[in-house]
Amino acid sequence: MAALGAPLRTLRALLRELRHAAGRSYRDSPAYRHVLAGFRAHRVTSEKLCRAQQELHFQAATYLCLLRSVREHEALHREYHGRGERSPQEVAGLVGFRLPQQPGGKG
Amino acid sequence: MSSVAMWRGCRRLWWAHSPPARLPRPPPADAEGGPVGSCGRRAYAPPAERKRFYQNVSISQGEGGFEINLDHRKLKTPQAKLFTVPSEALAIAVATEWDSQKDTIKFYTMHLTTLCNTALDNPTQRNKTQLIRAAVKFLETDTVCYRVEEPPALAELQKNEWDPVVAWAEKRYNVTIGSSTSILGPNIPASTKETFVNHLASYNMWALQGIEFVITQLKSLILSMSLIDRHITVEKAVLLSRLEEEYQIRRWGNVEWAHDYDLCELRARTAAGTLFVHLCSESSTVKHKLLQD
Repeated sequence: MAALGAPLRTLRALLRELRHAAGRSYRDSPAYRHVLAGFRAHRVTSEKLCRAQQELHFQAATYLCLLRSVREHEALHREYHGRGERSPQEVAGLVGFRLPQQPGGKG
Repeated sequence: MSSVAMWRGCRRLWWAHSPPARLPRPPPADAEGGPVGSCGRRAYAPPAERKRFYQNVSISQGEGGFEINLDHRKLKTPQAKLFTVPSEALAIAVATEWDSQKDTIKFYTMHLTTLCNTALDNPTQRNKTQLIRAAVKFLETDTVCYRVEEPPALAELQKNEWDPVVAWAEKRYNVTIGSSTSILGPNIPASTKETFVNHLASYNMWALQGIEFVITQLKSLILSMSLIDRHITVEKAVLLSRLEEEYQIRRWGNVEWAHDYDLCELRARTAAGTLFVHLCSESSTVKHKLLQD
C-alpha cells in the first residue's frame, strides 16, 4: 500500500482544494457532499486493515493531487506563458523606437 | 521549448473539442487579413477562448449512465454523442471541472473530460486487443528498465529508486523483467508479455483507455501498473518517471517556468488517468453495520 499519511489530512486538503475550485457556494457543490459522505461512510469499521477504506483514501489522495496540480499548472501558465505576443508598438518600444503615425492611414 | 510547444498543444486540444451543446462556433480569427488584423491580432494568433456560457452545472441520470447538464443543455462529446459516464463519482468530478472554469473555458485543464470524450468517441478507433497491445509494447522501452552507466551518482540513484519497483512488479505478477544498460533495452520474455496481456484483458474498455493514457504519460508500464495497483502514490510515480530530470535539477538548479510547469502538468494528467481507471473499474456497495452495545 502507498504511504498516504492520515486520512484526516487528505480530507482537509481536498476540501480546501474544492473550495478554491468552486468559489462562493462550495458547500452545496455535489463534489463536496460526495467527498464528505464517502469519508463518513467508511469511518466506522471493526477491521484493523480495511481495504475499502484504504482504496477510498487513495482515490481521495489522487483527486487531491489532480486538483492541486491543475491549479498550480494554471497559475504557472498565467504567470509565465499566458501573456501572448507583444504588439508592434511594444516591440518597437523595446529598442526605443516609435511606430510612424500617418495622418491619412496606411497607403 | 515552452511557448510554441504549449500553444501547439492547446491548438490540438482546441480543434479536437468542437464546442459542446452545439452552440455556434466563434468566427475564425482574421487569418487572411494580413499580418496585423483590425484589432491588432496576428494571423498566427491562437483562436479566442470560449467564454463560460453557462451558470450552473448539474448531473442527471439517464438510461446509459450519468449525464452532465450545463444550465439546461446536455453536454455532448466532440463527435456530438451524448456525454454519458457509467460512474456517479466520475460524473461529479467532471461536473466540478466544468464548474471550476472561470470567465473562459480552458480545455487543457479539463483532463477528466478529455478522457471521457476519448473513451466515448474512440477517435483512433482501436479495439480492446489493439489497446492492450499498444500498452504492453511500452514494456520493451520501459523507463525503469533503461539504466545509465555514468554519471555514477545517477546510476546509483536509478538502482536505489527503480530496483524496488521492478522487484515489486516481478513479485506481484510472477514474471521476469530485469533491467539493462544497453541501448537495445531489456530482453522481455514472451511469457512476461502474455501475463500482462491477460491481466490487462480483465479491465473494461474505458479503464483500458485510462491505463494506456497513464502509460503514455509516465513512459513506463511498470510504474503505471504499480500506480493502478495502489502500490505508490501519483507524486511518487511522477518522481520516479522523471528521475533523471530531478537529478539534473538538483545538480544544476530548477527553472520554474519549465520544470515546475512540466511537473504540474504531468502530475495532473497522471492523477486524472489513475482516477479515471479506478472510477471506471470499480463498483462499490456500502454495507451498514449495526452498532451493538
